[in-house]
Amino acid sequence: MAAYFASLDIMNLFRAFPGSIAQGMIWGIMAIGVYITFRVLDFADLTVDGSLALGAASCVMLIRSGVPVVIATLASFLIGMVAGFVTGILTTKLGIPGILSSILTQIALYSINYNIMGKKSNLSISVDNYKLVASLRYVTGPMGTRVIFFIGMAVFLFVLVGLTYSFFGTEVGHAIRATGCNQNMARAQGINTNRIKVLTLMLSNGLVGLSGAIYGQYQGASDVNMGRGAIVIGLAAVIIGEVLFGKFAAKRRMAFAFTLIAVILGSIIYYMVYQFVLWLRMPSENMKLFSAVVVAIFLAIPYLKDQKTSRKGVAANE
Amino acid sequence: MSNALELKNIRKVFNRGTVNEKLALDGLSLTLEDGDFVTVIGGNGAGKSTMLNAIAGVWPLDAGQIIVDGTDITGLSEDKRAKYLGRVFQDPMTGTAATMEIEENMALALRRGQRRTLRWGITPKEKELFREKLSSLGLGLEDRMTSKVGLLSGGQRQAITLLMASMKQPRLLLLDEHTAALDPKTAAKVLEISDQIIQENHLTAMMVTHNMRDAINHGNRLIMMNEGHIIYDVKGEEKKNLHVKDLLAKFEEASGSELDNDRMMLS
Repeated sequence: MAAYFASLDIMNLFRAFPGSIAQGMIWGIMAIGVYITFRVLDFADLTVDGSLALGAASCVMLIRSGVPVVIATLASFLIGMVAGFVTGILTTKLGIPGILSSILTQIALYSINYNIMGKKSNLSISVDNYKLVASLRYVTGPMGTRVIFFIGMAVFLFVLVGLTYSFFGTEVGHAIRATGCNQNMARAQGINTNRIKVLTLMLSNGLVGLSGAIYGQYQGASDVNMGRGAIVIGLAAVIIGEVLFGKFAAKRRMAFAFTLIAVILGSIIYYMVYQFVLWLRMPSENMKLFSAVVVAIFLAIPYLKDQKTSRKGVAANE
Repeated sequence: MSNALELKNIRKVFNRGTVNEKLALDGLSLTLEDGDFVTVIGGNGAGKSTMLNAIAGVWPLDAGQIIVDGTDITGLSEDKRAKYLGRVFQDPMTGTAATMEIEENMALALRRGQRRTLRWGITPKEKELFREKLSSLGLGLEDRMTSKVGLLSGGQRQAITLLMASMKQPRLLLLDEHTAALDPKTAAKVLEISDQIIQENHLTAMMVTHNMRDAINHGNRLIMMNEGHIIYDVKGEEKKNLHVKDLLAKFEEASGSELDNDRMMLS
């Protein structure tokens, strides 16, 4: 036991944290996408596992074929939207239950991503050859590069939160919120709930594709398996953000903007905890189990609290 | 001048080909004139709410035609029909979005029948309009415009739903037992608001109710339904002079059985 603790070097942990924060910021974009479907639209969208890898695959391919990095990155947003569109059509036009529609798209994307990458399961892209928007090298490099990268990411996330917040204040944004809250009401107010669902899935998967594109550049390669379990990480970010900062955000004006920031912070915290657990020598192949357990616990807490209060209510009435 | 509503031989069968097959609307025809306020009564499963849902387009008809204000809407989806209709439901939860603010709910209703764009979902000028409308209810809601609707009582939610349903001057207002889930005092208040809104806006309205006295005291016309069609239709002076016992007698005469409605209020 003592030998185990002696072998843990706290400095190793601190050295790893900038990487965790960078990873958390990049996945924070994805977490906002998950928040939009899971919380606003009330739709558990598993497409994201596929659209994250899709964003990375198409971005890496575009860059390798000579498309400017920034344009390739933004194109991944549009390509991600296509994945959301497919899930949306499967569920609204073809009547396949939502969660199953998203699983179908996710599975199909595995093959599609493999084909996009020229029938390879892994395709590298080196920061030596291209001016990538993100790279592990920036995070471990000289202090100047680090600062520029983190400030750049923070500004980008800030703009993204602002845009998302404003969008949900528009007529279309209101229609999405109404559809997620009460479809009968939405239709009675003339909202085409099917069209709104497709649109929201597109928007969400666009963000996930963008996140995948940046993450692919960050780790220097796209991989057909990189999205596996992404939805769980996205949900973990949403839930950690809500549990830790939910009350703080709800009380503010612009509560929704604070909630989005909370979700990004949730993503960063997830990766810091992840790093911490790895540091404790948890074998990395067990990390998915760890993530699943964390998400299951946090999803269960509100339900269990509810059960407890309603039982108390019964006792009080007796 | 076209009629506000024409139902021509509408027919709907639920669960066709199963043991639960139910003929819900059996060749129902009805014409409402502009400004009619019709109350609808009938036993369990008579087709009252089904008729309103057919007009609203919740599901497609098996046969027949629905014409609102001269426009055939039979083939339109529920959201496309919304521009002609205002709807208030039995369950106060159904008519509003609980997680959205009062003013946001009203702003959604104000855009019924319009293309939704990337313009702001609510403007300062609209907030003034909503404040005015809310204060006319006399419930003090004009001071709580940014409260989430989920925090309000059933009666308050129904009052807001009524405002939302009437705001865009619908061709037809559909009230589907909208006071049934409320306590008697609140129900009376919501009915009073309904009358006020229908009068002020000169709306054509249909109100399903399980309260015979309300059915007699409100509106200018009363229809009684049984087994998917109309068995009694009365208006004007004759309606005003009706008593509950007359309605019960009419029902037995027309249907050959006693009126059976678990929730029917006979007094």
